[in-house]
Amino acid sequence: MTDIIATDVVIVGAGPAGLFAVFELGLLDIKAHLIDILPRAGGQCSELYPEKPIYDIPGFPIVTGQGLVDNLMKQIEPFHPTFHFGEMVEAVETLGTPERPAFRVKTDAGKVFECKAVLVAAGGGSFQPKKPPIAGIDKFEGTSVHYAVRRMEDFRDRNVMIVGGGDSALDWTLNLHPFAKRITLVHRRDDFRGAPHSVNAMRELVASGKMDLMIGQVAALAGEGADLTAATVKLNDGATRDVAIERLMPFFGLTMKLGPIADWGLNLHENLVPVDTEKFETSTPGVFAVGDINTYPGKLKLILSGFHEVALAAQRVHRYVYPDKKLTFQYTTSSTNLQKKLGVN
Amino acid sequence: MPKITFVDSEGRARTVEAEIGSTVMEAAIRDSIPEILAECGGACACATCHVYVDDAWIGKTGKATPMEEDMLDFAFDVRPTSRLCCQIKVSADLDGLVVRTPGKQG
Repeated sequence: MTDIIATDVVIVGAGPAGLFAVFELGLLDIKAHLIDILPRAGGQCSELYPEKPIYDIPGFPIVTGQGLVDNLMKQIEPFHPTFHFGEMVEAVETLGTPERPAFRVKTDAGKVFECKAVLVAAGGGSFQPKKPPIAGIDKFEGTSVHYAVRRMEDFRDRNVMIVGGGDSALDWTLNLHPFAKRITLVHRRDDFRGAPHSVNAMRELVASGKMDLMIGQVAALAGEGADLTAATVKLNDGATRDVAIERLMPFFGLTMKLGPIADWGLNLHENLVPVDTEKFETSTPGVFAVGDINTYPGKLKLILSGFHEVALAAQRVHRYVYPDKKLTFQYTTSSTNLQKKLGVN
Repeated sequence: MPKITFVDSEGRARTVEAEIGSTVMEAAIRDSIPEILAECGGACACATCHVYVDDAWIGKTGKATPMEEDMLDFAFDVRPTSRLCCQIKVSADLDGLVVRTPGKQG
């Protein structure tokens, strides 16, 4: 049986809103676990624009996406949040009553949490692999077409086609090479973004005839049932080549999809979660939505709006976590109590 | 203001006005052009504002920069006239520009 992780709040998404929620909750003695599908904190800031300057964070005339995330991580350090990276929240089940909410949260990695409130800070949804628009690809997904390697054994003695020119495509080309029967790497140009030593290692394998490299794009797939048997590659020189394969791994980066949030029983409006503007609570008492994922009259998708929202949501979360305690509003500048929590007094 | 025409994957054309100095992507988003997602908001970080520049215009828009080429690796059905339209700056020279959008961005 899976051990259940008991905590006050589960925060879904470790972008700027989710990270700052740790701070606002922490000041109120509320403990949090954060779950994010990405392998690191920062959400879109780290994934989409780590080097890009942001100009509208109050108090920072200019800060990069990564710079902001690094600072937020430092700011929440005193509250020792627990991160669960590379996992997607699949289900949120209601256990309690509207007055005393409680939830069971399950991830795709099999972890189970029990908490008193859920803070959905999922931004544009979850980053998921882009699926190439090749006719009929759906029916091979999960059996012959994979967007990540879960088990190396699935590739043993198979003819594998890998598509892409970045580190994911190159790393899996090199890692699966000893297992696979034959690897064919397909990329749209003879120029690779991956680390130079990986590119060199791949080119050596090609030069010694141990794998194939095709410069072009996959145009069609053929198979029987869910089993892939061949791919048609349109080469850049205009020629077309059929390659016998049993496995295909396309690496076209990530895109944002709402994902399982749609199945959590929350009201949705155009893939966003409607909330009130007093507590940022959803249609389910105890489930809050903050940052880019929520919507309300006048909503602006700004990082600073997310910060405001988590501060207000935290006040209501306190009532659910400590129903018998009165909450006194305090400032970090003057409260000895808050300064103790921050480790500065 | 310069006019830009977006032709979608089913052949429907929509013409919008674009401010000089802005990007072709910004003009598309302001007028809700379908088939342009621009998930990253113009940071050349997502390849979801992929367009095919009309052959007659590729001389004026120029081809993709090396950084843009890297990002185009994440787009589908990339062709020699492929660009990410967040990287095309609108100028008076581009009045009448025609670009085509692919059926799938992300």
